[in-house]
Order: sequence, then C-alpha cells, then structure tokens
Amino acid sequence: MEVFSNLGLGFATAFTLENLFYCFIGCLLGTLIGVLPGIGPLATIAMLLPITYQLSDPTTALIMLSGIYYGAQYGGSTTAILVNLPGESSSVVTVLDGYQMARQGRAGPALAMAAIASFFAGSVATFLLAAFAPPLAEVAFKFGPAEYFSLMVLGLIAAVILANGSVVKALGMVLLGLLLGMIGTDVNSGVARFSFDIPELTDGVEFAVVAMGMFGFAEIILNLEQKEDRSILAAKVTGLLPTMADMKQAAMPILRGTLLGSALGILPGGGATLSSFSSYALEKKLSKTPERFGKGAIEGVAGPEAANNAGAQMSFVPMLTLGLPTNAVMALMIAAMMIHNIQPGPQVMTSNPSLFWGLIASMWIGNLMLVILNLPLIGIWIKLLTVPYRILYPAILLFCCIGAYSVNNNVFDVFMTIPFAILGYVFKKLDCEPAPLLLGFVLGKLMEEYLRRALTISRGDWTVFFTRPLSAVLLGIAVVLLILVFSPAIARKREEAFQGDD
Amino acid sequence: MSIRDRKDFWSGVMFVLFGILFVVWSREYQFGTSQRMGPGYFPTVLGILLIALGILVALPTIRANAPKTEIGNIGWRGLLIVLGSVALYAYLLPWLGFVISMVLLVVISATASNEFRLKETLISVVVLGVASYFVFVKGLSLQFPVWPVFLTN
Repeated sequence: MEVFSNLGLGFATAFTLENLFYCFIGCLLGTLIGVLPGIGPLATIAMLLPITYQLSDPTTALIMLSGIYYGAQYGGSTTAILVNLPGESSSVVTVLDGYQMARQGRAGPALAMAAIASFFAGSVATFLLAAFAPPLAEVAFKFGPAEYFSLMVLGLIAAVILANGSVVKALGMVLLGLLLGMIGTDVNSGVARFSFDIPELTDGVEFAVVAMGMFGFAEIILNLEQKEDRSILAAKVTGLLPTMADMKQAAMPILRGTLLGSALGILPGGGATLSSFSSYALEKKLSKTPERFGKGAIEGVAGPEAANNAGAQMSFVPMLTLGLPTNAVMALMIAAMMIHNIQPGPQVMTSNPSLFWGLIASMWIGNLMLVILNLPLIGIWIKLLTVPYRILYPAILLFCCIGAYSVNNNVFDVFMTIPFAILGYVFKKLDCEPAPLLLGFVLGKLMEEYLRRALTISRGDWTVFFTRPLSAVLLGIAVVLLILVFSPAIARKREEAFQGDD
Repeated sequence: MSIRDRKDFWSGVMFVLFGILFVVWSREYQFGTSQRMGPGYFPTVLGILLIALGILVALPTIRANAPKTEIGNIGWRGLLIVLGSVALYAYLLPWLGFVISMVLLVVISATASNEFRLKETLISVVVLGVASYFVFVKGLSLQFPVWPVFLTN
C-alpha cells in the first residue's frame, strides 16, 4: 500500500536528530502551556511563529508548532483533573469527572487514563490522516478558482456554525477579519490598500501580531480582572495505573471518542473542543448508569480525552490538503507555511512530500513522547501548577514582545500588537469570539484572488458559482447550513450541545 | 427607552462602524467591474455585507423582551499598565537595548496585578533575563541590540 511507503518517507524525515529535537521541544512547550491556565496553544504558536523563521527547514518549524497544539491537549487534562480548572478549552468536560475522580483519591488512574486515551486516539488519527489526506487532495486538484472560492465560503460558514456562540456575530467577525486581511499591497494592481502611507503596512499586518494582540495580550488584561483561585488537590499522585476494571470500562468510550473526534476534527470549526463535548454527551447517553457521570465516571474522562486528541490531529487534514484552516490554530499553521514560502493547498503533498509526510509521522512520535512526558514526569507538572499567574503573565508578555519584534526585526510590529490587543479586549467584552476573525484574516487575500480569477474567466458572470456543479454543491451545503442554524429547533439543539454538562 | 441587550447592541454598532470605515476608505481605490475587479471591489462588497450584518445584530436588541446583558467594568488599570509597558519596551528597545527594556517591561507589567510583590518580580526578572539571553540571543541568534547603543559604539 502506498500509505506505508509514504509513511516510511515520513518517518525517515521525522527521525532526523533535528526534527526529533524540535518535536520534543514542541511537545514539551505544548504540555507546559497546556498545564498552565491562562495561556493557550494559539498565543504560544503566534509567539513562536516568527522565531521559527530562523529554522532553515519549514518541516522542522511545522513539526514543532504542531507539537505545541496536540501537546496542549495532553497538558490541559492534567490541570482539569487536579485543579478543577480546564487548562485548555478542549478539556472543559474532563473537569467534570476527572476532578471528581481526583477527589475520590483516584487522580492517578484519571491522569493515566487521559494519557492512554489520548495516545490511542493520536495513533489512530495519525494513520487516518495519512489515509484520508491523499484522496482529498486528489479532489482538490479538480478545483478551479470558482470551486476554491465556494469552498472557502463553505469553510468559513461551517466554522462559524460549529463554533460556540452567536452565529450572526461570528459571521460579522469573519467579515471583519477578511477586511483586515485586505490591508497591504493588492497583488493585481499594486495599490497599497488601507496602509495610510505607513511603509510597514504596505506588506499587510502580520498574522502573528494580530493573534498575539488578540489572544495573548487581551487575555492577560481580562485575566487580571479576575481573582486567582487555584487549589491543587493532590500534591502527590500515587498509584498511576488504572485497574483492569477501569480499562474495561474505558475501552469502548476510547474507541468511540477516537472515531467521533476523527470525524468532527475534519469539519471546519471542529477540532478538539467540539469533539470532547460531543464525546461526553454521547457517552452519557449510551451509558447504562448515566447518573455516575459528573461523580467520577472514568468513561467521562476517557471518551472526551480520546476525542479531543483525535479532533486536534484530524483538523490538519483540510489544512494540509485544501489549504483551508478549520480553526484558528490551523490558520496559524497556514501562516507558518507562508512565512517559509510554501503555498498551502493540495500541491503541498506532491511538491513537499517530505514536509507533508514528515509532519504526519512526527505526530505519532510526538504522541509517544507526550505519554512519557506526562505520566512519569507528572510531579514536575504539578510543581509548575504552583507558579502563580502574577509571575506568569509578565513572562508571556516578554516572549510575545520578542516574537513580535523578530517577525521583521522591527519594533513596528511590537507597537502593532497594541491596537489589536485593545480590539481583542473590546471583542471579549462584547462577547464576540475573535477566532473567526483570524480565519477570515488569513483567507482574505486568497478569497479575493479566487473570486477575481473566477469572475475573469466567466467574464463577470456571477452565476458561474452555481453553474459549475462542484461549486454549486459547496455553496448549496453552505446555504443549507445557514438555514438550519437559523431554524429555532436546531438553534436550541446547538445550544444544548455546547452546554454538555446538563 | 433603554437598551436591554447592550452587548449585542454595541457589537452591531461596532460592525456597522467598521463597515462604513472600510467602504469609505475603499472609495479611494478603483472599483472596476466584476469582470475586471479593481482594488476597491472586494473590500467595498465586504464592507456593505458587514454593515448589513451589524444591523442584523443590533436591531433585535431594541425589542422590549430582549435578554438583558451588561458590558461590565473596563479594567483600565490592566489595560494601561500592560499595554503601556509593551509600548515602552518597543520604544526603548532600539536604543537602550534588550536588557534594560526587558527589565522595565517585566517589572512595570507585573505591577498591574493586585498581588504584586517586588521581591518575587525581581527574581523572575533575573531568571527571565538570563533564560531569554541564552535562548534567544545565543541559541536562536535573534537580531536585536542587547546593550544600550551608546555604550557598545
């Protein structure tokens, strides 16, 4: 099978000393920020994105940045179980039963189960990713500009619908993101748009700067308004190994969580968080003893933990094969590729096979590293949890400032984080989620270019988007999704799905 | 009449304002036709859509039975100190160098917390300074002035 020879190339790439080292660094950083509440993978990847420019090989850069993303899923569960506080949004549901298990003195098995579930899901997802990506890229090669435009419309709308919160507001954020993406020189006419004669703006606003301002700085300011309350339940975790009975109980939830997460991860707006919520709801529904959920049911830890890791990894599929970011972290990955002059899209697999397969293989290696990092070294992470936020946030600020400066070795980018931090703060105060804005921002110029090409080919005829069958299907799905989400019955269901803990 | 759903009302207003801004700015650029899109075409269309969406967000909030939301207090202290220290860092870095700028950034930003403790902050300044010197300056050889420019020249 071709999958195996491709994976062979991947492992050969991932097993070089440099790539292993940066994979390890990524996983280590991912666990670190996953454990620490108040800083997520998004801000961290934004911070490190400019610095990866120093790495000569884009494969190495992507391997490290990906490690941060899936590593954070592991770390997040540690905090959820021990502190009753989700380290990451994807471990919100792990809090429900994980913390209860810890209160019953079963923190060890809960942590071990979370790691086992994540590792199993990660391994399966790596294989699924390798199997699914090529056929999808095959389809993408049939795409013309009209299809790409429609795909992006569908991707953005689906991302907005599957994400939490008001759909109309999220659509507004997407549009605002697309508009902010317009800043800079128009490739076709050479006109510098919305740059107000500031020379640095003619290249557009740096993606990392927007992400740092909105997710790094704005979060810090918001966190400072809240009082810190972190009490660690188990300072010493004893008896890591789950019992045979635990394993039996958790086996099916892990399998179901893996499949659910893999399916939802591919969808725009899916990824880790939605997957874990859905898995929890599913397990509770299937359970013969649903009353145990919320009181320390091991299924409630195993299922969602498998699902969030599978979801995190499968969200790479549309990014790698179509160049379509399905969540804000994937938008950053696309930005990372562009920094290294790699045009994201189906051609990545053929033009940079070692990057493509190396990245996939590194995920399996990374998952293995994470099990080792998380289980035997759990004591270190618990120690880390005692570092208070008041010491943490100045360090985050400093690293962001260093990262912003190194985008272009210019303080202009450091200054630019400030207006975006203010914007991010205002958005949060108004309950407008900034993640859809990032998706729009990274797609803005691409969408314009595809629209322009599609309309040039059709001589200005807008019906081209409906007369080309593939494009019509994509837009059709987008319309159906919009109709569904605004029908009252579905809207209620959607709200329920995001509550999860009722 | 007072608006009950303030969050959505102001979100809508914000979208409309941004939409208008971009539409107005785009008037400077050639609009073109749909066959030959000018640089003003796409942003204008997006801006108009944003205005429409903004109205869609804000309008329902005027109803008497809209859910009641408050925007909440603005954390001026955090905003000013955190962003001020970032601005100061960016301003000082080119001529005072990394070491002095980072000390100021960390110490000043730390005072934004209600639980600020000087001794603790000073320890973390030293740790962060040494760590970032070795990781960023030595390890990754990022390009910035480390010491004040007038001392090294």
